[in-house]
Amino acid sequence: MTIGGVARFWREIPQRYNLIGKQCGSCGRIYFPPRESCPYCRRKSIGKMRDIKLSGKGEIVTYTVIHVAPHNFEGQVPYPIAIVQLEEGPRITAQIVDCKIEDVKIGMKVEYTFRRIQEDGYTGAIYYGYKFKPCQQKQNHQ
Amino acid sequence: MRDVAIIGIGITKFGELWDKSFRQLIAEAGSKAIIDAGIEGKEIDAIYVGSMSAGRFIGQEHVGALVADSSGFAHLHIPAIRVESACASGGLALRQGYLSVASGMNDIVVVGGIEKMSDVGGTAATETLATAADQEWEAFFGATFPGIYAMIATKHMHDYGTTREQLAQVAVKNHANGALNPNAQFRREISLDTVIKAPPVAQPLGLLDCSPVSDGAASLILCPAEKAKKYTDKPVKIIGSGQASDTLALHARDSICTFNSTVYAARMAYKQAKKTPKDIDVAEVHDCFTIAEIIAIEDLGFVEKGEGGKAIDNNITTLDGSLPVNTSGGLKAKGHPVGATGVAQVVEIVTQLRGEAEKRQVKDATIGLAHNVGGCGASCIVHILEAM
Repeated sequence: MTIGGVARFWREIPQRYNLIGKQCGSCGRIYFPPRESCPYCRRKSIGKMRDIKLSGKGEIVTYTVIHVAPHNFEGQVPYPIAIVQLEEGPRITAQIVDCKIEDVKIGMKVEYTFRRIQEDGYTGAIYYGYKFKPCQQKQNHQ
Repeated sequence: MRDVAIIGIGITKFGELWDKSFRQLIAEAGSKAIIDAGIEGKEIDAIYVGSMSAGRFIGQEHVGALVADSSGFAHLHIPAIRVESACASGGLALRQGYLSVASGMNDIVVVGGIEKMSDVGGTAATETLATAADQEWEAFFGATFPGIYAMIATKHMHDYGTTREQLAQVAVKNHANGALNPNAQFRREISLDTVIKAPPVAQPLGLLDCSPVSDGAASLILCPAEKAKKYTDKPVKIIGSGQASDTLALHARDSICTFNSTVYAARMAYKQAKKTPKDIDVAEVHDCFTIAEIIAIEDLGFVEKGEGGKAIDNNITTLDGSLPVNTSGGLKAKGHPVGATGVAQVVEIVTQLRGEAEKRQVKDATIGLAHNVGGCGASCIVHILEAM
């Protein structure tokens, strides 16, 4: 990451904290991260992209385990990172937490969790955002 | 549109060249190509140079003019254009140079590609390469560049049964080829076991599944095909040039195991060349990671989707195979000075089509293909060449 870019992080807070995407008012497709226009409707979608909060539930499409990390992540290795397909359609890249590394699998059901992502070694700023954890099993109350 | 030929090639040794500067490397590659073509400096109409990130690697921007200057052409005031498309910067520099000659605007064009990566440490080099990925939505969350390709490998193994050994075979093959290339960074063979037991980088990829950090430069001289025989007995014609783009982030694509930028760039190049994958005798493909060669040969149509892992066992992509791939050693063993790579690939294809590849010569090669990828498939440039 470019060092010292605090505004660069601040302006993405709604997306990274609360999974706010965009829905095209023309065709209904949902995008995350947000887009200024819909790639399918293009000019018809301008001014019609609406904020939409995503459920945060999804499934692992593919994954890896990072052993050699960028500077700001060195203290976290090894860590799993995955492409997650959200229920609403968009796919995002995020770390998988709260499970054993060897339990991470393609097809695994996961859900959003708010976590610390990295610490900027230059400004000291701590950046937060989304990671994903295995879906909680439904409790069987009798 | 005019036909365009390559009449000169030049390349430096690739490697960690502590004693060579950016300026020395590009001047060496350029002067070799100019001497090879037998042209004079005053004949040059334009210079196109591919460089991914001189700003981060050596703290120097404005490298178009710098390249003209350090090559000794400042007093001739030749137009110089720096081209950037991440790891495909070199391939795109060739395409821009090609288009300018094909259009009739320029006659003699020098195309260069360069990267001087070893002046920064390994971590800084890796982070600079990661700027080819989506900084806000991939890298921010801890995805590395090898990590993104590793996610392709995981999916390819899951969907098509590709094995860890098949990934490793790509590195073994390319090191064997690199051992025959005097300009390669790694001129030694490695065993399958060594690749598999190398330290992990991003599972399933280990250190020896990854191309290295390299310094190096390469250069080509272009001219209208009708004038090519005036300069050389062995001109090579550019019969197809294709380029395509895709989303910066891998996650934004429907297909993880297909680079549609490769599919579309190849389609454009094959159509222009009036050739099919079956017509290709030798290819240089973008093997920045072992999995990248496997999906490249699928997306280029050399094998069916999902069959790329078997291409070495099936004796297709080996040096004595039906379609030898990465005879130079590829990015894996020849080295990957990112801006130079796309140009260096074409230097290898021209060398093969001239019949000058010595121990790694592909017999009777007349048509070759070069495939250069930017980022994780957000850009792709494909060129098809034919001996004249």
